Amino acid sequence: MSTPSAELVPLPAKRRVAQLVMLAFAIVIVMGAYANVGLAIDGRVPAGMLTYGLGLGGFMLAAYLVLAKFAPWADPLILPLVTLVNGLGLVMIYRLEQAKMGGASATNQLVWTGAGVVLFSVTLIVLRDHRALQRLTYTAGAVGLILLVSPLTPFLGKEINGARIWIGIGGASLQPAEFAKLALVVFFAGYLVAKRDVLALAGRRLLFIDLPRARDLGPVLITWGFSLAVLVVQKDLGSSLLIFGTFIAMLYIATQRTSWVLIGILLFVGGAILAGMIFSHVQDRFTVYLHPQDPALYDKVGGSFQLLQGLFAMGQGGVIGTGLGQGHPKLIPLAFSDFIFPATGEELGLTGLMALLMVYALIVERGLRTSIAARDPFSKLLAGGLSFILAWQVFIIVGGVTNLIPLTGLVTPFMSQGGSALLANWILIALLVRMSDSARKPPPQAIQDEGMTQVFQR
Amino acid sequence: MNAPLKRVAVACLVMFALLMINVNYLQAVRADGLRSDSRNVRNFYARYEVERGRITAGDKVLAESVDTGDNQFRFQRRYPGGKVYAPITGFFAPESERDMEAAENKLLNGSSPDLLVRRGLDLISGERTKGASVDLTINPKAQEAAYRALSASGKKGALVAIEPKTGAILAMVSVPTYDPNTLVGPDKDTVNKAYGKLDKNEDKPVIDRAVERSYPPGSTFKVVTLAAYLESDDSVTPQTEVDAPQVLDLPNTSADLPNYGGAACGSGRVTLTFALERSCNTPFAKIAMNLGYDALKEQAEKFGIGGDPLKIPMDVAGSGIGPEEDKAALAQTSIGQRSNQMTPLQMAMVAAGIANNGVVMKPYLVNKIADAEGGEIDAANPTELSTAMSEENAAKLKEMMVSVVNNGTANAAQIPGVTVGGKTGTAETARGKAPHAWFISFAPAEDPKIALALIVESGSAGDDASGGHTAAPIAKSVMEAVLGG
Repeated sequence: MSTPSAELVPLPAKRRVAQLVMLAFAIVIVMGAYANVGLAIDGRVPAGMLTYGLGLGGFMLAAYLVLAKFAPWADPLILPLVTLVNGLGLVMIYRLEQAKMGGASATNQLVWTGAGVVLFSVTLIVLRDHRALQRLTYTAGAVGLILLVSPLTPFLGKEINGARIWIGIGGASLQPAEFAKLALVVFFAGYLVAKRDVLALAGRRLLFIDLPRARDLGPVLITWGFSLAVLVVQKDLGSSLLIFGTFIAMLYIATQRTSWVLIGILLFVGGAILAGMIFSHVQDRFTVYLHPQDPALYDKVGGSFQLLQGLFAMGQGGVIGTGLGQGHPKLIPLAFSDFIFPATGEELGLTGLMALLMVYALIVERGLRTSIAARDPFSKLLAGGLSFILAWQVFIIVGGVTNLIPLTGLVTPFMSQGGSALLANWILIALLVRMSDSARKPPPQAIQDEGMTQVFQR
Repeated sequence: MNAPLKRVAVACLVMFALLMINVNYLQAVRADGLRSDSRNVRNFYARYEVERGRITAGDKVLAESVDTGDNQFRFQRRYPGGKVYAPITGFFAPESERDMEAAENKLLNGSSPDLLVRRGLDLISGERTKGASVDLTINPKAQEAAYRALSASGKKGALVAIEPKTGAILAMVSVPTYDPNTLVGPDKDTVNKAYGKLDKNEDKPVIDRAVERSYPPGSTFKVVTLAAYLESDDSVTPQTEVDAPQVLDLPNTSADLPNYGGAACGSGRVTLTFALERSCNTPFAKIAMNLGYDALKEQAEKFGIGGDPLKIPMDVAGSGIGPEEDKAALAQTSIGQRSNQMTPLQMAMVAAGIANNGVVMKPYLVNKIADAEGGEIDAANPTELSTAMSEENAAKLKEMMVSVVNNGTANAAQIPGVTVGGKTGTAETARGKAPHAWFISFAPAEDPKIALALIVESGSAGDDASGGHTAAPIAKSVMEAVLGG
């Protein structure tokens, strides 16, 4: 590394005004969408437009102020982008509620959004230096495990729609896996920073691949076994795939060894085949993936009905969509949660979905940029891991509902109705914001000028 | 760690690229297939979401969409014209549509590319897309008069009236018919049951007999044979005398061809005018045998018979004089029997062509199409279909047909103060069965405003039905309705 000089490290701009403008823009888009729903359904601007719009705007202004105070150097795009996705999710849920779809509740989702912003703020205020998390590596690991298995506890755990991934506290249901994924990413980051040298260097070369030592395979096998256990016991294909995939990606970032990725893929394929042989519901998903339009599968319980309804909705939307409030997203089972993406596709069309995917891609890109700009390995791994898990989750659920890959249930980050996911993802964003703040913060300047530094010409 | 991070970034990029490509594939490439899948109930809902355009005939509304306020099935179709206009409007059922509702479906439901600009404006203003309205050429007075006269005393049959100079269809009636209002509700089961009942009815009330069925035209076809004769030789006039034996021996068969009821035709040698007035069979059979099959077929084609299938815009069944056989067959063909099959519309075109100085206009039902705001999108443009005969020959034929009404078999079609031309037909169907009664006519001869053809089906008006007694009075009431208004 060359010695940094004052000229070579320009101060990154804080871009606070730009962020505020972008935030306002996101809120305006969301309010416009609300108005659109009302106009289409009963010909007038809905009374709730101001409530919802200003409510969301108020939350985001609060988030912005906290961010400006406690993470002034943070990336200016992350918050407005997340606001836009969260707001569009609210509009879709509002729209489904207007169509009298059972279970859809925009008010609940708005309250959860507010709670998410509170957790975002608390995280930023309390966690002044994210490296503190490195000290909590094994605590995080334990917390993650406990959260993940908590739905199995008698009396506490609840089984909804065939997957035992909920715990009931009082009247509310929580999906602990959403929080577990955060804790596990923290754990992976801390663990891999400690072990990366051993995992990266030890081993021997076979053909073109550097194979790791057998005993270093331990952590990989443990994670693999654990993911399989989640799949087997809780029937939660999505979380299992999410956690294992993220672990492999982080392992690769830490060690730069392709062999880990190959081993990971082999283990995954092996596990998938095994699961497919043992569990009929895994096999069913795969058959549905291959033949969604088969009439026999369509009529079968747990068959392709839901997937195909989603595809019909997207086909109906076409390039420009039916317009908000003018389609029939209500026809798709769970249109407000797992299937909110096709529901959006029906009303906003290909145009809307491309924009939505672009926004997700931008959030991930800002996260990865933070990771590259971060100054220590733990921050790099944590930011990289969090960004990847977001991208991976979008890929698994959106790919699933669009029949690109077999369908596994996961929430669409920030869009699907559900408090746990919203809270967990807002914390995830707070962590990214915290890290981007420290990555972009100018390094401490020398107190006195030590004279010109020689820069070598190369 | 930056190198693997960059690779992970590329991997993320690839994941998003895959999602985007897949979304494009679904919503742009596969969209039509997914949309039209029968399991996609959105198609069914969509039928009731759009305020379909109205079907009108001048000021009279024949079909309109009513806002029921229902959440799921908001707009439902009503047919104020009911049975009288059913063969024209057709119906808009949960899973299908028929006649005008089918033929102009894309304009009525607003999805036609012609309405792109309107839809664009609606998209910006947030208005719901409304369908275009279709205005028909139908003259309600004529339509209602025709329906009344035809449906009286349980007749079965059809009538088509055309404006000779344009080809605009003024009336199109088919009886027995049905009430389209029974087929419009969104409840599939009820509608399917109602339709099933109509479909099982052996009178086939849903069929539009005016354009979907063809019948042997009987003696009305003699005007085509006569047109061929006039066209073959300019020296032929209404006064030209031809042989008219009581019975014509058909060559190479044991059969004979008698006149109607075996009667004599004058003295055995009569003028063409007399032969047409009395509707003698033998002179026309003789003329046709002399002219040959090709000449007759060529003349028929010039009237539009056997040409490309017509669209008005509904599909019209084909008409034709049948294949070439022997002279005996040709003799029967020339008087509208044998394999000779005509739709009532086709015979109306023959009458209209003669009335319009030999020029046959393309028949049409749609007068103009306007978008929901009243802006005109399309208007009818009368086009010539063919020239059937020269102006002089058409004048001669007209003169003879006027004589048929004034002095011949069609005196029941006389209208005081109006020169009416016409030709009756009584077509045999099967031995021992009652004949079809036909009538074709036009009026006024000097400046034709209406030409029509009608058929009263075999058995529905008594065993002694004939063109002159059964059909001509119906034609008269329809012509009066048009000329009186």
